[in-house]
Amino acid sequence: MILVALLAWPFVAGIAAWIVGRRRPEAARWVSVLAMGAGLVAVIVEWALKAPDFALAGHGPFVASVHVPWVPQLGISFFLAADGFSLLMVTLCYAIGLLAVLSSWREVTERVGFFHFMLLWTIAALVGVFTALDLFLFYFLFEMMLVPMYFLIAIWGHERRVYAAIKFFLFTQIGGLLMLVSILALYVIHGRQTGVYTFDYLRLLGTHLSLATATWLMLGFFAAFAVKLPAVPLHTWLPDAHTQAPTAGSLVLAALLIKIGAYGMIRFMVPLFPHAAFHAAPVFMGLAVLGILYGAILAFAQRDLKRLVAYTSVSHMGFVLLAIFAWNTLALQGAVLEIVCHAFSTGALFAIVGLMQERLHTRDMEKMGGLWLTAPRMGAMTLVFALASLGLPVLGNFVAEFLILIGTWPVSEPATVLAAFGLVAATVYSLWIVQRVFQGRETPAAIMPDLTLREAGMLAAMAATLLWLGVYPQPILNTVRPGLAALQRVAVRTTAAPTSAAAALLHTGDRSPDAAAPSSEEPR
Amino acid sequence: MKAGDIITLLPFIALTLSAVIVMVAGTFHTSHRLTVGLTLGGLAWTGAMLAVTASRSGRQVTDLLLLDDYTLFFIGLLVLTTAGVVLISYGYLEAREEHPHDYYTLLLLATLGGVALVASTHFASFFLGLEVLSVSLYTLIAYPRSRASFIEAAVKYLILAAATAAFLLFGMALVYAELGTMSLSTLATLHVAGGGAAATSLLISGFALIIVGIGFKLGVVPFHMWTPDIYQGAPAPVTAFVATVSKGAMVALLLRYYRQIGVIPHDTVWIIFAAIAAASMIAGNLLALLQSNVKRLLAYSSIAHLGYVLVALLAIGRTAAVAVVFYLVAYFVTTLGAFGVVAELSGAGDGEAEELDDYRGLATRRPFLAATFAISLFSLAGIPLTAGFLGKFYVIDAGAGSRLWWLLIVLVASSTIGLYYYTRVVVAMYVRQPVELPEGSPAATLAAPTARSTIAAVLAAVTALVFVLGIYPSPLIRLLEHVVAGLP
Repeated sequence: MILVALLAWPFVAGIAAWIVGRRRPEAARWVSVLAMGAGLVAVIVEWALKAPDFALAGHGPFVASVHVPWVPQLGISFFLAADGFSLLMVTLCYAIGLLAVLSSWREVTERVGFFHFMLLWTIAALVGVFTALDLFLFYFLFEMMLVPMYFLIAIWGHERRVYAAIKFFLFTQIGGLLMLVSILALYVIHGRQTGVYTFDYLRLLGTHLSLATATWLMLGFFAAFAVKLPAVPLHTWLPDAHTQAPTAGSLVLAALLIKIGAYGMIRFMVPLFPHAAFHAAPVFMGLAVLGILYGAILAFAQRDLKRLVAYTSVSHMGFVLLAIFAWNTLALQGAVLEIVCHAFSTGALFAIVGLMQERLHTRDMEKMGGLWLTAPRMGAMTLVFALASLGLPVLGNFVAEFLILIGTWPVSEPATVLAAFGLVAATVYSLWIVQRVFQGRETPAAIMPDLTLREAGMLAAMAATLLWLGVYPQPILNTVRPGLAALQRVAVRTTAAPTSAAAALLHTGDRSPDAAAPSSEEPR
Repeated sequence: MKAGDIITLLPFIALTLSAVIVMVAGTFHTSHRLTVGLTLGGLAWTGAMLAVTASRSGRQVTDLLLLDDYTLFFIGLLVLTTAGVVLISYGYLEAREEHPHDYYTLLLLATLGGVALVASTHFASFFLGLEVLSVSLYTLIAYPRSRASFIEAAVKYLILAAATAAFLLFGMALVYAELGTMSLSTLATLHVAGGGAAATSLLISGFALIIVGIGFKLGVVPFHMWTPDIYQGAPAPVTAFVATVSKGAMVALLLRYYRQIGVIPHDTVWIIFAAIAAASMIAGNLLALLQSNVKRLLAYSSIAHLGYVLVALLAIGRTAAVAVVFYLVAYFVTTLGAFGVVAELSGAGDGEAEELDDYRGLATRRPFLAATFAISLFSLAGIPLTAGFLGKFYVIDAGAGSRLWWLLIVLVASSTIGLYYYTRVVVAMYVRQPVELPEGSPAATLAAPTARSTIAAVLAAVTALVFVLGIYPSPLIRLLEHVVAGLP
């Protein structure tokens, strides 16, 4: 039931924020902060309580689940379940949600209640996306989130917000609809084979498909997730949407929304169509490397600071895509760590750009320079996150990218080498930010107040998280390992088809975690 | 005709008598409110009589009409929708101080035509139903005298509808000449399309001409030319009626006989319908991109929506039939909402609020109206939580079940284009600052509260329904599965 509560809570809080916000804008902010804070505490408590389960991994991969029929005629059920990976993503949702509310404290002054309503509903749909195991429910929430996000960009964004919002909406929509066609085709094929028409992910896992069919269906899923991630060449919505969105929107986009692409590939695409996915892996790894390098090169070319940060996302997500198709323990753990670390490092950079825009009313780097003199705290913070972004040891991103590269090496040496060049490029553009904005000649127009206590606290929390992940990522890895291991058993990279035993093993773990027998073949 | 048939026919009798009562009451200078009350009472009476018919065993009345559960469901749907249109019309006409007794008589007669169309099992009843519907519509479109455009639209509709009626009649004559029967159910047993009867050129031309007649009524490409002009020119409540009852009745008839005739997939007839569906989806959505007039935009979008319905129609299996009807219900509910907003926003002015500029900044001026419209538009675009989403989901499900991949790709691509123009309206309402509306512009005026309350009630009801159907569709699906069980 905790999952239902975690899903429903932001919906309810969002409505509350809207209602109180009609009279007093400040109240809407406080309601949202309290709601996100309370949710974060709840999910961390849940995590702490389940931590022994993860350590022992004796209860099957799913630690909590809800399964209620929804539209029985079509085999649709309200099926939420969380393994360590999902729980981690839900925690991230609440943490980023809290930061997003805090970061828009000053920035958003119009229709404040409505803003928080939209923000919290986005978070709610995200929580659902990361826990839904019914494909219909997953798609339902996946699409539903577009509307509040679209409003966030279109109403509170910057100068070209309408263009960016519609582009974002259209790209995601066409990818999503292609995925819907794939989902329904899988549903029909599975129904014809077994006589059971269902959208239950765990039942669909073992569907027997010919390679050609599986490839077409996989491409439908890939369309949706590659747009989200984004993978080159479907990335063009991202720089616009990230740049034009308000800070909270950029934060949610960069830290959570694009992670759906990675999550969806790991949870749904590869396990549902392992044969087809690994067959096509060289192509996708090529796209990943292309994304890493292309994103990095385009990042150089930007004058708009926010756009620069947006392009670094394209580059970082290339690493995640690479890891997914390497599909081994190290690479997948690296991917998950990258998801978390990127959320904080890039999220923080977006927050900083937002703070600068509030103060300077520009994002143009040509008009900045020498800001360290007037805003040393902000400069120091930017330096920390820039270093995280370039993969400096001690900070989380290093561990993540290191794991990814180690994991990818045995699968494809050329891809690993080329991807490593991405790290070099990252060093250049990250230092470039600090160089151009905070060092150099002081521009008279660019004098601004330094960080306030709220802002500094927010950024310090993010920096501390990155430091923790860089020094001691073990809790995260322990949490996600059983879930990832189960997925790896379903989709074994070397062999053609999943063994039915693996699917069956996953089965016993889902519905009643307490009743499931401890599995004997958990990896270390 | 047996005596018992009279009882079976009670819904028809109730509807006809209601029209007569409203007409007679009108001669006594009754108030607008009383007329509306009588009209709604008549519709409620018709609805109640459905229960009587449902309890009868023999439902075929002469060769002409069949009142099985499928027909009864559609009568209920059409009657409910008409009730919504009546309530919207009350607010709309009250604000314009028309003398609208005959308007309601005509509305009831048009509904009778639609109902007869759904129940028809014979060319005669098919044609009579269609003509009762069309002739009532000519007058309804021109009814409010405040604007010349209404008359222009009515004349356009008159000429085109009369011409296609002639096509239809000629097609029927050709089929009769060849097969010697006018009964649709006999035709169905001959398996015409399935190659049971020799496909002579007379027969083929006959069916082609009938398809022209049906296509015109549905407003699908290439018979769609009238749609934008009529949607724009007609008064908003009448447009809502044309978009829902008039098209829906024809879809109901088409679904029944398309299935009875047993069209073989990838056969000639099938390919014709597939081409019509694909062309409607593409042309409807592309042409809607160019519109700055909201009513024209909705007209083109309706062309595309009928294309989606045809995709489900072409699919085989029980689910596909449910998909057609479910989509239709979702579309009815959503369309009523959208045109209700147009009617409400038109206030008491001479014209109507139909330009995109009239909707600029609506979210700040009238937040609830803007929210209702946005929800309707998102439902038309098929966004989750709304009825339109489940409708589209059902259609894709039906298509995937029958492997209509190319049609589904067209559907996906064109409905993404569709999303663009729906969001344009949403952007106008939520993002743009309101423009200073010129003095006397319809969107700047407000009708009296009494007039607005009925429209508000309809809008609240359909918005609630949009969400209910989008979140908890199980009861409706159960009902529809029962309703289509009689179809082959």
